[in-house]
Amino acid sequence: MGPDVARMNMVQALNSAMDVMLARDPSVVLMGQDIGYFGGVFRVTDGLQKKYGAHRVIDTPIAEGGIVGAAIGMGVNGLRPVAEIQFADYIYPAYDQVVSELARLRYRSASDFHAPVTIRTPCGGGIRGGQTHSQSPEAVFAHISGVKVVMPSNPYDAKGLLIAAIEDDDPVIFFEPKRVYNGPFDGDPAQPAVSWAGHPLGEVPDGYYSLPIGQAAVARPGSAATIVTYGTMVHVCIAAAEALGVDAEVIDVRSILPLDLETLAASVSRTGRCLVVHEATRYAGFGAELSASIQEACFWHLEAPIMRVAGWDTPYPHAFEWEYFPGKARVMRALRKLLEER
Amino acid sequence: MTDVSRLHVPAVPARPGERPDFSYVGLSPAGAVDRPPLDVPVAQTVALAESLVRVLDDDGRALGPWAPQLSADRLRDGLRLMLTTRLLDERMQRMQRQGRISFYVRSFGEEAVSVAAAMALDPQDMLFPSYRNQGLHVVRGMPLVDMMCQMLSNTRDMCRGRQLPVLYHSARLRLFSISGNLATQYPQAVGWAMASAIRGESPIAAAWLGEGSTAEADFHHALLFAKVYRAPVVLNVVNNQWAISTFQGFAGGEQRSFAARGPAVGIAGLRVDGNDFLAVYAATAWAAERARCGFGATLIEHVTYRAGAHSTSDDPSRYRPRDEYEHWPLGDPVDRLQRHLVALGEWDEARHATLLQQIEAKITADWKEALRHGALSEGPKLDPALMFDDVFETLPEHLRQQRDELAAELATRRDERAAAAAASDAAAAAAAPPTAAAPVGQDGS
Repeated sequence: MGPDVARMNMVQALNSAMDVMLARDPSVVLMGQDIGYFGGVFRVTDGLQKKYGAHRVIDTPIAEGGIVGAAIGMGVNGLRPVAEIQFADYIYPAYDQVVSELARLRYRSASDFHAPVTIRTPCGGGIRGGQTHSQSPEAVFAHISGVKVVMPSNPYDAKGLLIAAIEDDDPVIFFEPKRVYNGPFDGDPAQPAVSWAGHPLGEVPDGYYSLPIGQAAVARPGSAATIVTYGTMVHVCIAAAEALGVDAEVIDVRSILPLDLETLAASVSRTGRCLVVHEATRYAGFGAELSASIQEACFWHLEAPIMRVAGWDTPYPHAFEWEYFPGKARVMRALRKLLEER
Repeated sequence: MTDVSRLHVPAVPARPGERPDFSYVGLSPAGAVDRPPLDVPVAQTVALAESLVRVLDDDGRALGPWAPQLSADRLRDGLRLMLTTRLLDERMQRMQRQGRISFYVRSFGEEAVSVAAAMALDPQDMLFPSYRNQGLHVVRGMPLVDMMCQMLSNTRDMCRGRQLPVLYHSARLRLFSISGNLATQYPQAVGWAMASAIRGESPIAAAWLGEGSTAEADFHHALLFAKVYRAPVVLNVVNNQWAISTFQGFAGGEQRSFAARGPAVGIAGLRVDGNDFLAVYAATAWAAERARCGFGATLIEHVTYRAGAHSTSDDPSRYRPRDEYEHWPLGDPVDRLQRHLVALGEWDEARHATLLQQIEAKITADWKEALRHGALSEGPKLDPALMFDDVFETLPEHLRQQRDELAAELATRRDERAAAAAASDAAAAAAAPPTAAAPVGQDGS
C-alpha cells in the first residue's frame, strides 16, 4: 500500500469522494436530510459541512420531491448538486422529478438545458429494516431513458464511480448497497461481520481518481459458468461459488445503465452458462434485461437456459429477512442446477 | 471555511455543548386564548394559529374558555393511559437494548398529544397514526400483548412478521395500518373523511404527522383536498422540534407556526400546548365537533418536545444539547396532569405509586405472555411461507412457485445444518477422551 492509499470502508470512501470533489470544484454542493451538521444517518457526509460550510453541504426539509426538484434547478444554474435520499425506499416522492424532468430535460430542450445531478441513495436489505428500509429499486430507474444508474460493491469502486458520477454532465442515480458499507457481506448473518480491512478493494487512494461509468468488472475469474450480478450480491455469489467448489466467473455489473454488455457477453460466450443474480424482486427486475440482452448476444454459445436468482416478488418482510434475501443457499441451488443442464 | 453566499440557512438555537434556547417558542398564558364558536370563519382562526391554546397553568389549575369539564375519573383515566404509554415505551426500549426486538420508537414527552386526542374522539372515528402515536392504540384498547407480539414479529403478530416494530394496525379498533413512509397517510385520512361525507355517515377521520413531515407534498395535498371538499377530518401536526437531527426551522417553522398553514390554505388552524392534556383534549373536541357539524377540517399544531431519541437507531447527543429537555418551557405532560389532579384533591403520592406498580406489573405479565408466542431469535416462529400471502387477495401462480422454491431451499439449508452439526459431533466424539458422564447437579441445579 503506497503512501497516498488508505484503508477505507465504503462509507469512508464515499465521504472521501465528496470531500475531493467539494475541494476541487466550487460548483459541487451536497443536499439532503440530516446530511449537514449530523453527517448523515449512515455517516457518509460526516465532517463535510464543518469543512465546507452550511451553504455547500445543505440540510434540507423532508421532501424528496423538493430535494430533487431543487437539485435540478441548481444544476441548470451552474451547480453540480449531489442529493442524498436517506433510504432508496423513500425515493418515490421524487420519482416524478426524476422521470418527467431530470431524465428528459436534455432531450426535450435539444441539449439547450441539462442538469448534472447525482442522486445518492442507500439500498438493499439485511439490516432488519423491514419493507421501508430494504428495497432495491434500481430497475424502475433503469427503465426510464435519460438517467445513468450505478451500484458499486466495494470501497474502491464506490469512490471512483461517485467521482465519475459527480463529474458526469448527465444525471446519475447512485445506489449504495448499505449491507456492504462496513464489509463484504457474504450472505450469512450468523457469521461474524467481516470488515473491509483485509480486502484489496478496501485500499483506496486518498486523492482524486475516477472510474468510467459503463464498465463491468470481473470480481472472480472462472470458466465453468458466469454469474452476472452487482451490489451486495457480488460477495454472496463469490461465497456461493467457493462453497460449491465451482470455477464460476463472477462479474460485477457496476453500471446498470449504460451496460457493459461486451464484458458480460465475452464471459458467457466462453463459459456457455449464465446465472443472473440480484437482491431486488425478480418480476420485471433488472435481471430480465440482463438475461434478454445476454441471450441475444450469446445464444449460439449457450449450453443451458440463462437462470435468475432474486428476491421473491413480495415486499421485504421484517421477520423473514433471511428467507427473503437471496443468500448463498439460493445461489448454490441455482448454480448446481445450471451446471447440471445438458 | 466561512459561508459567503447569500443563501439563508435556518438557525438552530443550540447544538451540543451550547446553552439550550427555547426563546423562539411563542407562548401564551394559560386561559388567555379565546375559544371561538364552531362556525368561526377560517380567516378568523389566523390569530388562534399563531397563539398557543393552554389550559393548565404552572400550579396545576385549569383556566379559561378552553378548559374541558372532565370528571375526576376521566382525568385519572388520562393519567393512567399516559403512564401506560410511557412505561410500555421504557420497557420496550430496554427489550430492544437486550436484543429481544429489532427496533423501537418511544413517544416520551409527547404522550398527551395522542392520549388526550384519542379520548376526545369518538370510538367510531377513524385514526391514521404516525409511528409515534402509540397513545392512540393504548386508549383505543389495543391489548398490550398484541402490541408486544407485533414488536416481536411472533406467531401472534397482527402483521404476520411483515412490518417493523410499532407499525401496528387494527380495522376493528379503527386504527389504520401505519406505513413507515412519512405523510403518505395524511391525504388518505382526508379521502376517508370524504367517503364518510359521501355516504352520509357521522364518523370523522383524524391523522397525525411530525412537523418534519409537513415538508412532504402529501401534507399539502391533504390540506388542499380537505379545504376543497370541506372534509370532516382533524389534521394534527406534532411539532416536537426535531426530525432526527433536523430542527423544525428546516421544515418551515422559522417565525411562522405550522398551524398557520391551515388558514393559509383555507382550513381552520389551532396552535396548542401539546404537553397540556386538557388543551389537547379541548382542541381535539372542538375540531371534531366542527367537522361533525359540517364546518370542515381543522389543522392542529401540537407544540411539544421529543424528549427521547428519534428511535433506537438514533443518538441525539450528536446534534442537540443533552440537557435540552430540562429547559423545555412546556414541561412534562404526565407531571402536569398529575399536578392538576393533586390540586383538585383527586390524587396523591400513594395512589400514584400504586398506579405505577399496577402498570409495571401488567406490562411484566403481558410481556411474559407475548414471549410465549415467540421472538425473532427464539421460541415459536411464523411459517416463512406466510411471506407470500396477502400480496394479493389470492396467490398468483408465480408466487405459488416461489413459495415452493423457498420450501425446497429451506429444506436444503436444514439438511446442510444437520450435516454440519453431525460432522462436528463426530469430530468432537473422536477428539474427546473417554470420561464418565458429568455429575448431575454440577451447575447448582
